Amino acid sequence: MSEARNNTAPSSVWKSVLRFGLVGGAIALYFCMVGMVAAFDQRFLVAGQLTLGDLVLYVGPFLAGLSTARALADRTAWQRLLFGLLAGAVAALPSILIMLFSQQVNIGAVFVSLSSPLINILTFGRGLPDGLPLLVGVFGLLGLLGAAYTFLSQQARNAVNLALLVIVTVALFSDIPIRVIEKYFSARVARAIFQGNALLPLSAVVLSLLTVGLSYFGSLRAAKKKVGESKKPERLILGRYPINQVLSWALVIAFLLVLPQTDRVLAHVMMFIGLYVMMGLGLNIEVGFAGLLDLGYVAIFAFGAYTIGILTTQAAIGTFGLSFWVALPIAVIVGVVFGALLGIPVLRMRGDYLAIVTLGFGEIIRLLALSDWLSPLVGGAQGIVRIPSPSIAGFDINSPERYYYLVLIGVALTAFLAVRLRDSRLGRQWMAMREDEDVAQSMGIDLVQTKLLAFAIGSASAGFAGAIFAARLGGIFPHSFSLIISITVLSAIIIGGFGSIPGVIVGAAVLVGLPELLREFNEYRFLIYGILLVVMMLTRPAGLLPTDTFKRELESLEEGDEGMNNPVSAGG
Amino acid sequence: MSKKAFTTLALLVITSLVLVACGAPSSPTTPGEAPSAEAGCSDAIGCVEVGPGESLEIAYALTVSGATAFLGEDSRGAIEIAVAEWGEIHGHAIALSGEDTGCNIEGGQAAGVRLAAQPNLLAVIGTNCSSEAVGGLPAISEAGLLMCSPSNTAPGLTDPNENWAPGYFRTAHNDLFQGRVAAEFAYNELGARTAATIHDGSPYAEQLQAVFASVFAELGGTVTFQGAVNENDTDMRAILTSIAADSPDALYYPIFEPAGNFITAQSSEISGLEDTVLMGADGLFADGFPGRSGPNSVGMYLSGPYVAAGSAYDDFLGKWADQIGGVPPSGFHAHAYDCTNMVLTAIQSVAQVGADGTLLIGRQALRDAMSATSGFAGLTGNLTCNEYGDCATGEALAVFEITQAELDGNWPPPVVYQP
Amino acid sequence: MGRFFGRRINFGDLVVQLLQVVVLVIVVVALYNTITTGRYTSRHWVSLIFAGLAQGSIYALIALGYTMVYGILRMINFAHGEVYMAGAFSTVFLAQHFASNGFLNAQPVLAITVLILFAALVSMAVAFLLERIAYRPLRNAPRLIPLITAIGASFTLQYTFRGFYGTQFRSYPEVTALRGTVSLFGYSIPIVQLVVLAAAVVLMFVLYWYVERTKAGKAMRAVSEDKAVARLMGIDIDKVIVTTFLIGGALAGAAGVFNGLYRPQGVYYFMGFFPGVKAFTAAVLGGIGNIPGAMVGGLVLGMLESLGPNAILEGLGIPGANQLKDVIAFTFLVLILIFRPQGIFGERLREKKV
Repeated sequence: MSEARNNTAPSSVWKSVLRFGLVGGAIALYFCMVGMVAAFDQRFLVAGQLTLGDLVLYVGPFLAGLSTARALADRTAWQRLLFGLLAGAVAALPSILIMLFSQQVNIGAVFVSLSSPLINILTFGRGLPDGLPLLVGVFGLLGLLGAAYTFLSQQARNAVNLALLVIVTVALFSDIPIRVIEKYFSARVARAIFQGNALLPLSAVVLSLLTVGLSYFGSLRAAKKKVGESKKPERLILGRYPINQVLSWALVIAFLLVLPQTDRVLAHVMMFIGLYVMMGLGLNIEVGFAGLLDLGYVAIFAFGAYTIGILTTQAAIGTFGLSFWVALPIAVIVGVVFGALLGIPVLRMRGDYLAIVTLGFGEIIRLLALSDWLSPLVGGAQGIVRIPSPSIAGFDINSPERYYYLVLIGVALTAFLAVRLRDSRLGRQWMAMREDEDVAQSMGIDLVQTKLLAFAIGSASAGFAGAIFAARLGGIFPHSFSLIISITVLSAIIIGGFGSIPGVIVGAAVLVGLPELLREFNEYRFLIYGILLVVMMLTRPAGLLPTDTFKRELESLEEGDEGMNNPVSAGG
Repeated sequence: MSKKAFTTLALLVITSLVLVACGAPSSPTTPGEAPSAEAGCSDAIGCVEVGPGESLEIAYALTVSGATAFLGEDSRGAIEIAVAEWGEIHGHAIALSGEDTGCNIEGGQAAGVRLAAQPNLLAVIGTNCSSEAVGGLPAISEAGLLMCSPSNTAPGLTDPNENWAPGYFRTAHNDLFQGRVAAEFAYNELGARTAATIHDGSPYAEQLQAVFASVFAELGGTVTFQGAVNENDTDMRAILTSIAADSPDALYYPIFEPAGNFITAQSSEISGLEDTVLMGADGLFADGFPGRSGPNSVGMYLSGPYVAAGSAYDDFLGKWADQIGGVPPSGFHAHAYDCTNMVLTAIQSVAQVGADGTLLIGRQALRDAMSATSGFAGLTGNLTCNEYGDCATGEALAVFEITQAELDGNWPPPVVYQP
Repeated sequence: MGRFFGRRINFGDLVVQLLQVVVLVIVVVALYNTITTGRYTSRHWVSLIFAGLAQGSIYALIALGYTMVYGILRMINFAHGEVYMAGAFSTVFLAQHFASNGFLNAQPVLAITVLILFAALVSMAVAFLLERIAYRPLRNAPRLIPLITAIGASFTLQYTFRGFYGTQFRSYPEVTALRGTVSLFGYSIPIVQLVVLAAAVVLMFVLYWYVERTKAGKAMRAVSEDKAVARLMGIDIDKVIVTTFLIGGALAGAAGVFNGLYRPQGVYYFMGFFPGVKAFTAAVLGGIGNIPGAMVGGLVLGMLESLGPNAILEGLGIPGANQLKDVIAFTFLVLILIFRPQGIFGERLREKKV
């Protein structure tokens, strides 16, 4: 939304009220029509007070008030509040019109969400004509709140945002804190804080006050420090590194080691995140380092999984019955070999052609695994079941936590490899090739060898991940190896911050962890996932934790003109 | 935050984390063991204590989203009806929670891990797809839970040398049985001597058509073609042309919608299939399937779960219309209803009621009570469980014929054959 | 690695040559086997060819949208399959309404025209919003970023329409006028297949005329050549891009209705994803950015899918041949791109552009 500038003429004031009001109303209506408002109406965030459905419904009018007040920055405070309120009220219009229309024409038969529960929510249970003024009033109030929000100072705004975020996060993922509290304290403590899945009003208030206080206090101190002191030299040094950095790392590692112990579901989810981190780090070698856009990465994952399946299964299909530890290196080698083999035909292709061909490879491998033709070898539709869990010296790896540690070792190995490769001669060759193949070739880089090495090395971790995946599930079916895995891995790299290793971890945590933990919203998880991807790319195209180079290049692009001739157009 | 504050805080957090780690119960304990220290519990794998005013917890693990949602919604409705009928057990309300399993092995495992983490959960009704059970059963079984599936039909799940694990039960007939019924119907009743089959790459359809083909051949028939399509295919003319080259008497495709709709509709355009009888299975046994497939579905046969009409079933359908609305969308609701009732009956029978109303339920006792179920009068017949969890009667299966009335909206279709 | 083979011989080229021979031998053997069994008569083949052409027409109509957007923006509009779905899915309700009040069979031509216009309108609206909200702010970003946005938009659209219309499968009603067959050289061909094919060819030619002969088309080509220069020439780039998206949307909407007439079943929120991938394959096959190329690519892909399993895989004695039809399609794509990296019709683009 562009902002109006300078002196706003009266007509343009009304225009912004109408425009932002209607956009806000469209957002509110959208959430109603996709069914989120009604579906989340029973999911309380704060017991008895606030449901997730309310929250979703209120986003539209709130934004309408906020944007209007922002657009009228040159007006007096009272006018901004007033117009914010009006914009909020206008935001009720689209929903009201649809509801009235549905009374005349039976569009509820087409739009499944436009049902009596929704109308009940929107009219606050008072029936159609009586409830409508109330809806206008509530939306207007939210618009007012939105406008008032613009008066807050930056610190206060941050504090409010943070408090809201904390409450929503705690309430949404409440089953984990509840289980942890029940495990380490008692069920009574959990009941004192939560009711069902929702926070009790008192605990919500305490939590938000605590967050607001801490955040406000923290930012005040930071501001004071910025003014007051110049940068003091580091005093605490541990070896080569400042103690702060060492401690941060220790903190992260301690979290990674200990967190899964607290809760089994968390361990399961973190294990899956770990698998995607491994694949992300591997794919990052192909896409991030060498600039080879690969949409068929799942094929290598499948090779790893099927190698373990065939070699270790106790079902009739497996004649080998090897131990997991013997099969694991074979799986990695199979991944590497097939990564290179699939790389050969695409050596001369670039960019989007490479993308569609690799996508095709991924589908071909899945279809072959599924086929009746190869089913005597790889199980076909029946997959491969009875894959035993690995064990070392009598210690069975059979629980989510233990698999998690196995994955953690894999992630550490892959990350180490990735860092070393990035800084190696080969890594620099990849990057030179990514920037410009022709120049790279004229500098004496053997393109064939360099590309194949990128495919081969990048595939190793997918083979590894596939192997653990097969052992963890205890059985594999071809349906598990669909395009969505390739897409998720690629998205994780980009969401996290292109080419950045911590970024891959964060990206995988967001894209794999959130949907997994939010399974109770299964109807909407892919919708939320999609919206998240789009919003993320629009607001932070460099990703959550970008590398400095990528951020710089992106910024220079914003000023520049054409995107496609730029070196970072890695797909190009 | 100042450096010093950060350092202190970080050290504190690390210390507390380490403490948590050391204090954590060693990993593979089952949640069910937690209350085993309570007096009175002598169960081998632990007890669940339900205090005064607390609810008994059971959960479903069904595929309630995505393309197979009709299966999950069908089972979920029946479970909700059964729970509502019971109301309470020994004065405790019954709380039903649920997980979506998505009809794949990962979804089944994730649901299994989540359910296993609920310390007071007693039993799971589910899963729908057999692959979900392959993924979810290990965790559920290890946690000491009882699991009853209304629609897992893979034979391996009740085979102790395959995927069976303690605590697993099902009221669904297995594929070996349904495939046989369909083949016998085709050979004996329709008089078919040649047949072709199509599957869609799902383990369920592949298994079913394999059983059909082998039984059909055993009976003396000839299987002219065994082919496969993909679940997202829309153009079936190529495979139908291959089939039409032999003009078989029957074509059996135990697959799902929408691929099943396309085969049904497009088979009318292929010359050579004019006299071929179309046969599907419970994957297509869905309210609205004839309407979505068009006029060519008239005269098609579907094998599927069957509940003899009677006062109990009519009563059930009445409750469905009241509580959920309409008619059940698929064919396994009666199995889910029976599962729930058997599980709740077992809970009722093993619960030890304390003086203050506290219930103590032994997990192994619950499993034993379930496997001792014998002659349980359910909607699907008189159910008796064997030691590996097969409780299906085998009576509750029939072949239905789609007629013009079904195309016009009637459901379910009339039964034409029962084994 | 290349060094093992001496200086002159490129390792990649060698593999490609070998592959060429192997594939050719396999196909010839397979065709020979299939034909000598005599299992299928020419009647079978002709009916499969026309089924493939009808399927290919639908791919082609979607592929035109891909190819035009790619030509202008050099981006894969991964969500284009969803634009097609939006039109097809929204129109099914109107079509059912027309069928229930008798309009569809009383005035089939008029009714179908209305349906096509409605579907085109819905798809255009979706394409417009897609461009405005998701792509325009990212026009200068590195190209991976709009690709991810497009993937996100694809999910968003699928599940939005799922939220709107529910999870049920829907079917288009049957149009009596399109039932039946006509006789062509002694072979009976279903009318609906010919209608779909003819409509696609006509629409393609209209589009071709528009791009090659009108002033607006000239502006489009100018933008596709060089945006900066086009802007200097006074061309409103934004307008051209929006027009491109709208045209692509309209064609996708029309494709949705034709698909509904040809294969009425299985209309639901996920129906656009695979046709989208296939249409993109078709566009690349024909040479991306090239309008007749998209058409030819679509038709070739449709025929491959229709004929491939029976003609080639059965000849090799592979069981379950039909489930491997996508394997044939993608293998063909890989082979084409190895031997002719610019696609069937594509001119050799400057390396930088590709």
